Amino acid sequence: MFGYYLLLAFQSLKRNRVLTALMVLAIAVGIGASMTTLTVMHILSGDPLPGRSARIFYPQVDPDPNDGDNHEPRDVMDFHSAVDLWTAHRADRQALIAKGDIRVIAPDANIPALKIRMLATTADFFPMFDVPFQYGQSWSGTDDTSRARVVVISDDLNRKLFGGADSIGRILRVRDSDLRIVGVLKPWRPSPLFYNVAGGRFSDGDTADFYVKPEDIMIPFSTGQDINRNHFEQFTCWHSPDLTGSQQNWPCLWVSLWVQLNDASKVSSYRRFIGDYAAQQMSLGRFNHAGNTRMRNLMGWLDFNHVVPSDVRLQTWLASAFLVICLFNTVGLLLAKFLHRGGEIGVRRALGATRAAVFMQCLVEAAVVGLLGGLGGWLLTLLGLWIVRRQPTAYADLVHLDLAMFMLTFTAAVAATLLAGLLPAFRASRVAPALQLKTL
Amino acid sequence: MHIAPILSALRRHRLATLLIALEIALACAVLCNACFLIASRVDQMHINSGVDEASLAQIKLDCDDCNDVDLNARVLSALRQIPGVQSVSVINAVPFGEHAGDAGIHLDAANQKPGGVVEFYVGGPGSFQALGLNLIQGALPQADDYRALNDFVPADASVWITHALAAHLWPGEDPLGREFWMDRYHYRVAGVVAHLARPSGGEGGPSTREWSVFVPGIPGKHFADNYLIRAQPESLQRVLRDARAAAIKAAPEAVLDQQQSRTIGELRNGYFQQDVAMTGILVGVIAALLLVTALGIVGLASFWVAQRRKQIGVRRALGATQRDILRYFQTENFLIVSMGVMLGMVLTYGLNIWLMLSYELPRLPVYYLPIGVLALWLLGQLAVLAPALRAAAVPPVVATRTE
Repeated sequence: MFGYYLLLAFQSLKRNRVLTALMVLAIAVGIGASMTTLTVMHILSGDPLPGRSARIFYPQVDPDPNDGDNHEPRDVMDFHSAVDLWTAHRADRQALIAKGDIRVIAPDANIPALKIRMLATTADFFPMFDVPFQYGQSWSGTDDTSRARVVVISDDLNRKLFGGADSIGRILRVRDSDLRIVGVLKPWRPSPLFYNVAGGRFSDGDTADFYVKPEDIMIPFSTGQDINRNHFEQFTCWHSPDLTGSQQNWPCLWVSLWVQLNDASKVSSYRRFIGDYAAQQMSLGRFNHAGNTRMRNLMGWLDFNHVVPSDVRLQTWLASAFLVICLFNTVGLLLAKFLHRGGEIGVRRALGATRAAVFMQCLVEAAVVGLLGGLGGWLLTLLGLWIVRRQPTAYADLVHLDLAMFMLTFTAAVAATLLAGLLPAFRASRVAPALQLKTL
Repeated sequence: MHIAPILSALRRHRLATLLIALEIALACAVLCNACFLIASRVDQMHINSGVDEASLAQIKLDCDDCNDVDLNARVLSALRQIPGVQSVSVINAVPFGEHAGDAGIHLDAANQKPGGVVEFYVGGPGSFQALGLNLIQGALPQADDYRALNDFVPADASVWITHALAAHLWPGEDPLGREFWMDRYHYRVAGVVAHLARPSGGEGGPSTREWSVFVPGIPGKHFADNYLIRAQPESLQRVLRDARAAAIKAAPEAVLDQQQSRTIGELRNGYFQQDVAMTGILVGVIAALLLVTALGIVGLASFWVAQRRKQIGVRRALGATQRDILRYFQTENFLIVSMGVMLGMVLTYGLNIWLMLSYELPRLPVYYLPIGVLALWLLGQLAVLAPALRAAAVPPVVATRTE
């Protein structure tokens, strides 16, 4: 029966090509617009560490004496708090994060000095965030304590400097120090660059820069304190720092800490630990309030920072409204189409077709329109994503149509058209056979 | 034209009429709000930076390890030798460049009364004039206003603030001679300039865009490696190209910041690139929206015309002119669109309130509604024209045929 309905549907669609084309076009444009924005949204709001993110946490204490306990602590910690918490090693894994721009020269490569983004972190960073290596491996915990002159570089930088060859053991001159390459990463592009996310609530919705590529060089945190002294990027300062002293003692926030906690009891005990730490610092006189600690998990921290740019959210809403308009359009056109065939339906009913059969037949026709619209929508989505990739945004290179979104394009098109077809099909199935036959 | 027969015909097609009206209503809501979004973006893109953008360029060196004893002297003298350069001065930031001096200020020495987060522009001798700032109160900075720096700003100085910042800090009062503090540093207002936008958006959104402070500073160890060049607009590109080469030659130990060493005009374009893209997307959506709405009207009107061929023939046979038939469909469309826009106005404001709540957008100005309504009426008339003409062309003889 289904095959027969399908045949009827195609015949009926062929009969009034203009109306059919209008419907297919409306669905295609609506689906194309909304799937483009939904795909961008899907990519930007995804989990950067699937399967792991629930165990990754971002502890915060509040050393700022101008703040009280009544608002959110600053997004990043001061050197001493972060290093104290890290040194305690109370979590299953823990990594310090500090960053800055630094000058890099590869004596082996014939390329002028580069100014590149550097990440100073600790050995747990790589296993905790599942960072893939192409050659070599991460430095060890011992390297962290011995301030080893080692460096891990990105795939991009390895291609730029060494043409993608195995560069383990080569030397990079970073600022004024020679560092030995111990690891080269595989292409790694977390979306967003979650471990650097901070300050989203101050960015007025303009958060596209959370989606930049990871730093090209990564060095041990302790080594960074030697070779990049006083030049780390600061989140903010609560007093003007004394520039002649060491950055470690400035009243500034520039180190963050990420921890991995494998079960719920460890999470609650770690929460207690940072609470106790703040209380201890208050009794030592370093903090003037101690109740302001937080520990969000990774996705909680991303949500708190509103990582998805407000432009993207706005576009998604706009596209959805647009899809709704396209659907209204389709409802109207389907209604016109089905009722136009009142005579034919009347004959079928008079010959014994049940209302359910007529209803089904109309829905099959709607579904065919939906499929055709989905096909057009898919092409328009590809076009839309191509346009997005050409935009000057940090996330442009991340945007692509994955299998899930591809399937969703067709599912959404058919589902939307079926939904739009319900009412017209119902009306068509209510056609009274006798009345229609009389007018024939 | 009598409306009663049209209304009674529409009543027989209640569902289809309602659908088109709803579509028009939604289109009206999206159209008005999207236009408003575009207008606010365009507004932001036309921000007055307060400086002579066409004549200015920036040279920025990344210079963590430079020999800073004579860096300024070397670079300044090299840049000043370039033919066509009108002036070269040291400055910490330029509009549409990178932030350099973002800091929270207070209106009292004890740091109890916050004044907001402002931008400190530190400018060396000549920079105030080079920027072309429009002084509206007070006098130009004098030689002894320029102070040495041991930090990113001088610790105690006379400052020039924007009119917008003055109005925020001391609404309705004379700002000249007033004081404010940044931590333990102390500043006194010596003048007011009409406009000076901060390099990029501030913490508080668009309303804080011009919260800028100009502090005269003496170039030195903590105030180096960023230079402002002024030249005739027509020779600026060439001067900048020469300046980029000259700066690298004068300071071989530095890395030239390729992205930031540009004319202010180029920095401005780069800064608003994303807004331009978003505006393009919004315009595209509006165009597609109008197209789809028009297609819907065309589709349904064509259907109705086909369905009523016989009635049209009868009317024609009974003496109705072609013009009468044309008018009929035009009036019918006008009525449907009118119903749609009436509902649409309510929807428009509903959507606007939602946008206000979730995106901190201002209220939609009332004049958007009549413009939106007019646009939809026009669209409806255009869309219905072809089917209505086809209806008018139906010959009276159709009345005598049986299908």
